[in-house]
Amino acid sequence: MASTTIDAPRRRFRIHQNTRHTINGLLFATPWLLGLLIFWIYPTLASAYYSFTKFNAVQPPVWIGFANYVQMLTQDQDTRDAIYNTLYFAIVSIPLAIFFAFSLALMLNAKIKGQVIYRTIYFLPTLVPEVALAMVWIYLFTPGSGLANLPFQWLGIYRLCWLTCPQMARPTLVLLALWIIGQQIILYLAGLQDVPQDLYDAADVDGAGFFRRLLHITVPILTPVIFFHLVTSIIWALQFFAIPYIMTGGTGFPANSTLFYSINLFRQGFQYFNMGYASALAWLLFVTTLVITGIVFRSSRLWVFYSGGEQ
Amino acid sequence: MATQTEQMPQRAQASRTFVSMKRIRKTTRSVLIHAALIPAAFLFLLPFLWMLSTSLKSKPMIYVYPPILMPIPPNWINYPTAVTYIDFFLYLRNTLIIAFAATFGELLSCSLVAYSLARIPWRGRNFLFVLTVATLMLPYQVTLIPLFLVFKNLGWVGGFLPLIVPHFFGSALYIFLLRQFFMTIPMELSEAARIDGASELRIYASVILPLVRPALATVAIFEFIARWRDYLGPLIYLSNQNLYTLSLGIYQYRSQYGAQWELLMAASVLITMPVVLLFFFLQKTFVQGIALTGIKG
Repeated sequence: MASTTIDAPRRRFRIHQNTRHTINGLLFATPWLLGLLIFWIYPTLASAYYSFTKFNAVQPPVWIGFANYVQMLTQDQDTRDAIYNTLYFAIVSIPLAIFFAFSLALMLNAKIKGQVIYRTIYFLPTLVPEVALAMVWIYLFTPGSGLANLPFQWLGIYRLCWLTCPQMARPTLVLLALWIIGQQIILYLAGLQDVPQDLYDAADVDGAGFFRRLLHITVPILTPVIFFHLVTSIIWALQFFAIPYIMTGGTGFPANSTLFYSINLFRQGFQYFNMGYASALAWLLFVTTLVITGIVFRSSRLWVFYSGGEQ
Repeated sequence: MATQTEQMPQRAQASRTFVSMKRIRKTTRSVLIHAALIPAAFLFLLPFLWMLSTSLKSKPMIYVYPPILMPIPPNWINYPTAVTYIDFFLYLRNTLIIAFAATFGELLSCSLVAYSLARIPWRGRNFLFVLTVATLMLPYQVTLIPLFLVFKNLGWVGGFLPLIVPHFFGSALYIFLLRQFFMTIPMELSEAARIDGASELRIYASVILPLVRPALATVAIFEFIARWRDYLGPLIYLSNQNLYTLSLGIYQYRSQYGAQWELLMAASVLITMPVVLLFFFLQKTFVQGIALTGIKG
């Protein structure tokens, strides 16, 4: 800001400048101001409204109060399956993803040759269009003739049903989720490179071994990145849609075991045209996401350590 | 190390042994790490290799067991067959139209908004920023249905417009990213330009934009790839087959009798290649962009 001055004309200019800044600020932000209103605020309020109605997009919505919410939590088996599947997927795949991404990043961080090549290879699956990914995996995991059966048949295990039977379908999808951790690996790598070398040197002097160093230096300093990974993974896992949808044609085959929450929502809204019900489903998802994220945020005080503050 | 052994001849033996022990430890560590990284890399590469290998198989080779890794001879004709089996180039055109338009829209709108949030000192910009980041928490499912109804009432459903127009109004993630980047430029630059009488628009275009090219490149790449891969958007809004994007079109290799796997994989390779190539040539931008999204503001 300009230095203080007592000149009357200067002061007028300064007030004028603030207003000018506000006008310009709003002007430049106009696209987003409109965007927020049209594409975020209005739809959010509208879907909240719809969630209390019976609405099939052709006839006007009919207010039914909490009936949608009651139905989806107590009467709708599809929704209950969807909730179970989605939570299962999140709870199983996220810790595994964090573990593998972190471990791979750790190993990549050691000054070994070929770091760039490895990094590229690990990142590539995240670039493949989901459609292609889904198709390849269907083929890879075809019971009997798919390539994935090969290592198991060497061990004498036959008749793996992979995506075609309820018990294996979900674990298979967890396995698939681990393929696209490339972006997280890069994030961890970036974080690892920020760890000050003097900490390691000091630990070396104190005679700390590899695992000691890992647990007491590396992991604590990286907790902000882990935190970010955790929160974004939760959000992503709860919204998981395209791959299971493509794989099963939106049916959740077999026996609803791959019916994820978003697929159920999509079906209700765009196939059965229960738009009110689908809106209620969407809001349940929203609230759940907020609650879970909120819990994680709260807990972060206990285990996330921001090293930036102490310097 | 050589000079050390020269300067301390009586300790030469001891230090030489010490050095080689360290070397051994380092090499073992290296070997162990590679021993873990290589199988992992192989697993990550497997889908690609399998895509490629299947795309070169002839029909009878597809369901052979044990699976053939290297089809000999490679059935190159799968590729021309694949792009004529479905209207591949039409879908490609559609995908490109949407991708380029959306990317342009995002670059334009998000840079303007990020400029407002980072380069213009006005009251309320922090509130707007927090609101922006808050929308990142909102699942797309919440806005999905009302938006669809809005577009339906506008008569846009069935065309490209719902897939392009929203991108001209900004997107929280890119605004966030660009805002962080914009804030790294010293305020003095803007202030000096203002004192010189430049309009805000002038400053935006001539002073700031040239300085943030890497960040803009990151946004462009990310958005282009996102549109290229997008499945849900086209699924909801495109009903006319002539307007399908590649993501939707690829479904047509499957019929109720099963899939034309060799053609489907060939098409998948074609769909994946551009994105992979983009990444190869612009790796630094990618990594930079990811690092930027991971850094808390």
